[in-house]
Amino acid sequence: MESKGTRFAIRLGTVLTLIFLYVPLAVVVIYAFNDSVAQVWPPKGFTTKWFSLAFGDASMRAAFLNSIKVASVTTAIALVLGSLAAFAVHRYRFFGRQAVSFLLVLPIALPGIITAMALRTGINSVGISFSLWTIMIGHATFCIVVVFNNVVARLRRTPTSLVEASMDLGADGWQTFRRITLPAIATALVAGGLLAFALSFDEIIVTNFVSGSEITLPKWIFNAIRLPRNRPEANAVAALVMLLSLVPVYLAQRLAGGGSASRRGAVTAREMEVPGE
Amino acid sequence: MADVDLEGPNAKRHPFQAVLFRHPRAKLGLTLTPPLAWLLVFYLGSLALLLVNAFWKVDVFTGQIVHDWGLQNFKILWETPVYRTITIRTVWIAGIVTVADIVLAMPIAYFAARMARPRVRSLILVAVVVPLWTSYLIRAFAWQTITAPGGLFEWVLDGLGIPSPGIGNSLWSIGLTFTYLWLPFVVLPIYAALERLPDSYLEASSDLGARGWTTFRRVVWPLALPGIVAGSIFSFSLTLGDYIAPILVGNTKFIGNVIYDNVGIANNIPFAAAFAMVPVAIMAVYLAIARKLGAFEAL
Repeated sequence: MESKGTRFAIRLGTVLTLIFLYVPLAVVVIYAFNDSVAQVWPPKGFTTKWFSLAFGDASMRAAFLNSIKVASVTTAIALVLGSLAAFAVHRYRFFGRQAVSFLLVLPIALPGIITAMALRTGINSVGISFSLWTIMIGHATFCIVVVFNNVVARLRRTPTSLVEASMDLGADGWQTFRRITLPAIATALVAGGLLAFALSFDEIIVTNFVSGSEITLPKWIFNAIRLPRNRPEANAVAALVMLLSLVPVYLAQRLAGGGSASRRGAVTAREMEVPGE
Repeated sequence: MADVDLEGPNAKRHPFQAVLFRHPRAKLGLTLTPPLAWLLVFYLGSLALLLVNAFWKVDVFTGQIVHDWGLQNFKILWETPVYRTITIRTVWIAGIVTVADIVLAMPIAYFAARMARPRVRSLILVAVVVPLWTSYLIRAFAWQTITAPGGLFEWVLDGLGIPSPGIGNSLWSIGLTFTYLWLPFVVLPIYAALERLPDSYLEASSDLGARGWTTFRRVVWPLALPGIVAGSIFSFSLTLGDYIAPILVGNTKFIGNVIYDNVGIANNIPFAAAFAMVPVAIMAVYLAIARKLGAFEAL
């Protein structure tokens, strides 16, 4: 179809884009081992002292723990509300259905500063003081759509005949949900949940506006990289987080790749148990 | 319970479920209410309060918000040249960043969707997503160290014998950083659109005598357009709403920086709220056009 020249150009473009994507990541890792505080290329010497500094830094550990707390609660809220919304939009035809879908996407379609500014004004007007909870509310607002998108896409690909068959065979609503629907959407929930966690864990635009004096990991990094002598430590923290994040990336990929086959297997296996109830 | 059969199979065991079975609307209400209430209260409620705040003002002496309705904030916005400059600059850079991202995303999305073997395809998709799992701040700041004097960019140009244009701490470095940060968000929807493109369309086009460029212009581009527009919503909107990269890699102000400064340093929430309406208006127009082009299905 494509001529030889076109194919070559597309390959070249692919390689250049990949290089563009990975040069900054390489730079971060290299500077994390750089002996000097000045980030000048090429680096002068090799050291691992920034990593031991980061591990011993109580403020960094506290910020890291806060981020884990915020991201966990945010993910839980997003999982519940996102999948409820997905069921409602997928199963029912109702007035304003399009508007609901649009409302769900709005927090990520509108610029981050709008969400940030709106939530800050809202929280101020009601008179709540800023805390980890206000951060969680802010994050959950734009994480719901991530779970919603994943679950709704999965529901569209899952035949409704399975649910009907389960009901016909005498399973009640809860049994059908637990044995048919839940296994069918399980991997979509995990994928959406991982994405929500990652978004929350790394968020700074909204966090800056709704966190008050609470420090999350991105806020800690934001403060650290503005002071030149703290930059190498920030690079070391980033390299560590990068390493940690490979676990969920690997999991998400396995779920996305092998998902369809194993899902069908899971559904078939569960289906056979239902009549026995 | 005379008509038990009409109530569903388990009416006696689960009276509550039986009620839901007979009233699907009630079931819909139970499913839809929690997420809808969350978004209405926390999000739309906050947006409404933001809009209201834009019409108030801050008392110069006490620093308190005065509920004094008027267009004063919008008047300042309109009449102060610096705010107009900042708005035009932000929209301009958002546009350039979006075009740059589409140009960079097209080849890799096309390669992954239509040329790569399944294994290579999933490797490329992972490679595109992995940077998103690295701290956004650190990735933005990496460009500061790359473009700054004495950084990697100068070093490479030096090696090639090209005099350095000195893009550190400029609009160039900010634009480059934005292009980098949003690229994965643009690649994914374009990839999804190209993957759905049937092979037979390309074959038909070439059978009918169209060369590569004509096929691209008249078959690939129109069918990929919803995906391209969907990706562009992200790059455009994310640029409009970012105040971090301009702080880290340049010293030029964007809309987000003015809002951030007015909330933090100046403590003028009403003015910040008024300025926040500018990106809202721009995105409203952008989303209306995107909807026309069918981009919402590709989001």
